[in-house]
Amino acid sequence: MSTSSAFNDEKGGSSSVGEPEYGHDPASGGIFSSDYKRHDDLKEMLDSNKDSLKLEAMKRIVAMIARGKNASDLFPAVVKNVACKNIEVKKLVYVYLVRYAEEQQDLALLSISTFQRGLKDPNQLIRASALRVLSSIRVTIIVPIMMLAIKEAASDMSPYVRKTAAHAIPKLYSLDPEQKDQLIEVIEKLLADKTTLVAGSVVMAFEEVCPERIDLIHKNYRKLCNLLIDVEEWGQVVIINMLTRYARTQFLNPNINESLLEEGGGGDKKFYASDEDEDEDEEKDKKAEAVTMAKRKPYVMDPDHRLLLRNTKPLLQSRNAAVVMAVAQLYFHLAPKAEVGVIAKALVRLLRSHSEVQYVVLQNVATMTIKRRGMFEPYLKSFYIRSTDPTQIKILKLEVLTNLANETNISTILREFQTYIKSMDKDFVAATIQAIGRCATNIGEVRDTCLNGLVQLLSNRDELVVAESVVVIKKLLQMQPEKHSDIIKHMAKLTDNIQVPMARASILWLIGEYCEHVPKIAPDVLRKMAKSFTNEEDIVKLQIINLAAKLYLTNSKQTKLLTQYVLNLAKYDQNYDIRDRARFIRQLIVPTEKSGALSKYAKKLFLALKPAPVLESPFKDRDHFQLGSLSHLLNAKAGGYQELPDWPEAAPDPSVRNVEVPEWTKCSSREKRKEKKVEKPFYSDSEGESGATESADSESDSASGSESGSEDSRSGSESDESKEASESEEEEEEDLKTKKNKEKPLKKPVQESESEQSSEEEVRKPERKSKQSKSDSESESESESESESSESESEDSEDSEPELKKKKKGAPSKPAFKATKKDNKKEKKEMSLLDLDDFEPAPSPQVTPVNSFLSNSLVTDLEGLSLSDSALMPATIAPSSALKSYELLHRITGEGLSVEYCFSRQPFITDANMVAVQVHFTNNSTSDTKSLHMEDVKLQSGMRVKEFPEIELLPAGETATAVMGIDFCDSTQTANFQLCTHTRKFFVSIQPPVGELMRPFFMTENEFKKEQGQLMGMNEITEKLILDVKCRNEHAIVQKVTTAANLSRVPCGSDKECRFAGRTVTSSSLVLVTVATKDQGAAQLTVNCEKMVIGTMLVKDILLALTQ
Amino acid sequence: MIHSLFLINASGDIFLEKHWKSVVSRSVCDYFFEAQERASEPENVPPVIPTPHHYLISVLRHRIYFVAVIQSEVPPLFVIEFLHRVVDTFQDYFGVCTEAAIKDNVVVVYELLEEMLDNGFPLATESNILKELIKPPTILRTMVNTITGLLMLLPLRHSPLRTRNPRLLDDVSFHPCVRFKRWEAERILSFIPPDGNFRLLSYHVSSQNLVAIPVYVKHNITFREGSSQGRFDLTLGPKQTMGKVVESVLVSSQLPRGVLNANLNPSQGTYTFDPVTKLLSWDVGKINPQKLPSLKGTMSLQAGASKPDENPTFNIQFKIQQMAISGLKVNRLDMYGEKYKPFKGIKYMTKAGKFQVRT
Repeated sequence: MSTSSAFNDEKGGSSSVGEPEYGHDPASGGIFSSDYKRHDDLKEMLDSNKDSLKLEAMKRIVAMIARGKNASDLFPAVVKNVACKNIEVKKLVYVYLVRYAEEQQDLALLSISTFQRGLKDPNQLIRASALRVLSSIRVTIIVPIMMLAIKEAASDMSPYVRKTAAHAIPKLYSLDPEQKDQLIEVIEKLLADKTTLVAGSVVMAFEEVCPERIDLIHKNYRKLCNLLIDVEEWGQVVIINMLTRYARTQFLNPNINESLLEEGGGGDKKFYASDEDEDEDEEKDKKAEAVTMAKRKPYVMDPDHRLLLRNTKPLLQSRNAAVVMAVAQLYFHLAPKAEVGVIAKALVRLLRSHSEVQYVVLQNVATMTIKRRGMFEPYLKSFYIRSTDPTQIKILKLEVLTNLANETNISTILREFQTYIKSMDKDFVAATIQAIGRCATNIGEVRDTCLNGLVQLLSNRDELVVAESVVVIKKLLQMQPEKHSDIIKHMAKLTDNIQVPMARASILWLIGEYCEHVPKIAPDVLRKMAKSFTNEEDIVKLQIINLAAKLYLTNSKQTKLLTQYVLNLAKYDQNYDIRDRARFIRQLIVPTEKSGALSKYAKKLFLALKPAPVLESPFKDRDHFQLGSLSHLLNAKAGGYQELPDWPEAAPDPSVRNVEVPEWTKCSSREKRKEKKVEKPFYSDSEGESGATESADSESDSASGSESGSEDSRSGSESDESKEASESEEEEEEDLKTKKNKEKPLKKPVQESESEQSSEEEVRKPERKSKQSKSDSESESESESESESSESESEDSEDSEPELKKKKKGAPSKPAFKATKKDNKKEKKEMSLLDLDDFEPAPSPQVTPVNSFLSNSLVTDLEGLSLSDSALMPATIAPSSALKSYELLHRITGEGLSVEYCFSRQPFITDANMVAVQVHFTNNSTSDTKSLHMEDVKLQSGMRVKEFPEIELLPAGETATAVMGIDFCDSTQTANFQLCTHTRKFFVSIQPPVGELMRPFFMTENEFKKEQGQLMGMNEITEKLILDVKCRNEHAIVQKVTTAANLSRVPCGSDKECRFAGRTVTSSSLVLVTVATKDQGAAQLTVNCEKMVIGTMLVKDILLALTQ
Repeated sequence: MIHSLFLINASGDIFLEKHWKSVVSRSVCDYFFEAQERASEPENVPPVIPTPHHYLISVLRHRIYFVAVIQSEVPPLFVIEFLHRVVDTFQDYFGVCTEAAIKDNVVVVYELLEEMLDNGFPLATESNILKELIKPPTILRTMVNTITGLLMLLPLRHSPLRTRNPRLLDDVSFHPCVRFKRWEAERILSFIPPDGNFRLLSYHVSSQNLVAIPVYVKHNITFREGSSQGRFDLTLGPKQTMGKVVESVLVSSQLPRGVLNANLNPSQGTYTFDPVTKLLSWDVGKINPQKLPSLKGTMSLQAGASKPDENPTFNIQFKIQQMAISGLKVNRLDMYGEKYKPFKGIKYMTKAGKFQVRT
């Protein structure tokens, strides 16, 4: 890399000295010598004491660089100013340095110490910019310095500096690839980072340095999925592309079953044209093995696979075409066939963008239409061609239209093609004729129509049009020549007029091939051709010889002499191909005593039945390249392209993606969590371009106690973060460590390797941070994620959100106070940054007032808004509505200890058959409560309970939360147990509403209908009802139903019906709910469930929810 | 990712170059010039050109080619989208994006490019962040920007915008500040606006909704075989504009190659015909429903040549103030988190996009 670039430099440098463009550049307007003089005065200006002069000089130098002029001789004068106090001058000096350091390595070293100082600066922006410039200086000798700087920056407390570290990784790698192993360690560390600011950059580094190390992604997979929507646009593209590859290695082909079904039914297959059938056949062969496996085991989508599809889908609405394309290719490569359709609309939208965007999108659409034609059929008109489209766009649209043609729309398409043939752009007309030919071969019904249309074109005035038509007609005739002898005759006449060699050659070939159909005309054509033989082009001459040979074999009486004549002419032709051909043919067809055995077969050789040509799309099979990639566009592998792997036949262990979550809460951590919650805006503030947006967003929401769009995705990542947390915790809590490791043995190796890799210094760092955490808000985010993770980890991060907030509401005054205090601290600390800051957009002055303001008046307002927000979440994702709390122990009976529980609707990690119950303790008394635990569990037969871990201390006025699991055996029987403190025991019981005995299950509308069909009769319960006035719209119904029962919404085409699906927790029996609405609030509720008892109870509960 | 960037003007001069990694010789642009020569029209240069060691990905805006040099696999749209973002940024900074404006502000341009990419990977591309890092060239312009910004969007903190008929919107795309989940659930646009002007949302109305095109065209263009004259007759009229005036109407058309000249008579406005490019353009102005604008006359054809078989298509541009032809209406605009009362206003305007009439 460095050597080749040095070479480039040399070339660039020398060419710019003798720049021919120089003379007529009005801005420089001088000759070479005066340029030298000016350099002298530039040097003078740079040496002066005045910043204004220096700035002026630097501006002129930068202008020279921009024009591609060589300014390297100024290096010593410029580099002196690297420590200049003036920020404007400094910025330009950096620009210069990065450009020329490679050429002036020794002098460049003078500047290094300045950057090393900068790396230690208290201002994060200065640290970041120092690292940025340092890593951009391509001088091999400083590789160790760069390495050290990157490692340090990777554990910097500012996410912006960490982002810069991620950017520096590929720079160092390209300078010295031997550093790869060390750099991978840094990448691994940064991949664990939870800020959106870092995520995109580190994945970019990963893709550049070690795309093959897919194992590094496992632990971060869910976090990346959850962060994705908040990452900046460019990072989103990189992450989505990488995750596409990842998913291809880790999950099963979601279409295995579909291809199986097709095999059985094959109903819609006939509908498709022949070339597609072939496609599918091939596919089938390949998948044969996988299919047999699938027969044994029905396909169930990995929840992580689903997570990826679900979290990327909203990005189809991005304004950035690259993001939309990235999601589209992800869906194309990863989604079940039934779901791919959603991308069509978004891609068609991109067709209204700049022509360059259209060009790339159309290339991809062309590939997609071959595999999944149905998807784009509704958008046929979007591919109509405008006379003002650039030619390359026209050709691509034509390709798409051709791919979309089928029996139903072909007449429309042909009418459209007819208009195109009149275009002035002749290349485009030729392409249209080709397209008509392809439609004709693909769709038998219109073959004759197309042929007739093309024959009419034979009388077109434009010769190019005629020639192209001839070529296409030739191909079409080959399919059924006997029917079209009149067309062949017509074409024979054309030889008098048409001059385009390819067309002439095509006609001659046709006549020769089908001379039996035109026995009278053929010899005459040969006669004419023999006359003009010497003036013909080479390809025409070859075809004349061909024609002669064929006629000689079929009609030697009339053509013997003509053939002799032609062969004689050819024998002395200038072109050796023609001479060879003539000699060879003469030997073959003219019997002599010496001629070998072959001449007997001459007729068979020449007039063998030739297979009709297949006219196929140039985009066929292009999808073996990842769509949206440069390689796909060029149809050739570009450097650095990562192959898209085939689906594995058996899914690798999904547990590698599990991230450890301790289900355990320390009472004291409660306090921290509150602070953390309020402080979130700071992190989001510093999280990139949309900083301000995010901050106020999460601010208001956290204050109002409900969730917001951008927030919930982040919280998921935070719980994932527990890994990091447990790491830093290790030192502090030795006893816990053993416990955790027992629970999650898988986790251990990673931890170890991580601490091994990191230098001693780094190990110390987290420790220091957690000690500092009270004062240093930024580092706190890392050490504190531990407290976050008290909730059981789940893929649906939204679920954990409301609970957190409910807890908050319990004691709102205190945390608010703390937050403001903290804000002030932060404000003081960051004050020095404010003038420079860009990525730390003045958080404190803005945020604090908003905060207090909210707490006064707007809280109620916002609460209403965001409550409905959370309730009306896209129901397919998770039916998370405000979770209902139930009382376990009243404050009075509990002597100050009040206990509430709710069903968190998250999978209970240690046992999938258990319902997770979140228990929330509040100590309202004045004394501490110790050793809270469960005892004496009394259960009905079959039921099981996983107790929550003992809470050692619950100080007065504090609250704590714990999670327990109960296997209710799909019944609403109560679980009785004793709740014990160090002084007392309370008898308590938990009885689940029937709606909590199930978990959401995602299915498509078709699957739903199929399953419903199998659960008829006794398993179906139907009730008529009148909806409550307030819930007569779709959203309200969805909200009510998902509140009453833990079900997921099934996507549905009709807005008159809402469908929901779930499975019971213990036996995994399907629960299907349909609410069909009619006029004036009338509705019909249908529940299909294998377990009739559950079904009956569920009907009651939902009925109650909908009518009240 | 993006290695280098070259800006090339219409006459083929490289007037700016920027390298984010080691320097790539500008001779790499020779491949681009070759492609440019092959292309009949400026916009026919392929956006992606492979060369032996690099790939050139270019966009054409304001008659300037922005040519990015790529060395290895990268999604082409990633580069194209970025280049367009660069142009948008220049336009935002200098008002126009011309060769002259770029040359006049070469230092700012260079600083912008430096900030927008780090090692070829996008770093800061949002206009509001860039403006904090690099000041726009003149104080005056900055002032104007801030003021318009204040009027329009600065004060808004938390503004749910309700649209009346969400079913109408077939397809929407959002600025990243929009909270997508809120939109999904309630069809309310909740967002915290970034400073400055920005496009909050774009939407598409599906063809099922049958939006009436507010302009109709009556045409009669005939060429007779054997005659060197052709007749030209074009009339425009408004359609379902709810009493609003169709204005800034401009008709342009590429006439067949055989047309030597046109002798036309517009009932209003002015027309031009370029006998070299055969481009006819008629600046109509407003359409008065009582007196429909028309353009009539004859075209002279090449003597002896056969009649052209292609019919011209007409590109029609127009504007209608105070009307959104799609029927979109902003129902209400609420603002939260600010104590003062903001000025609220909405302006509707319909503008023709790529509207073509085939004859």
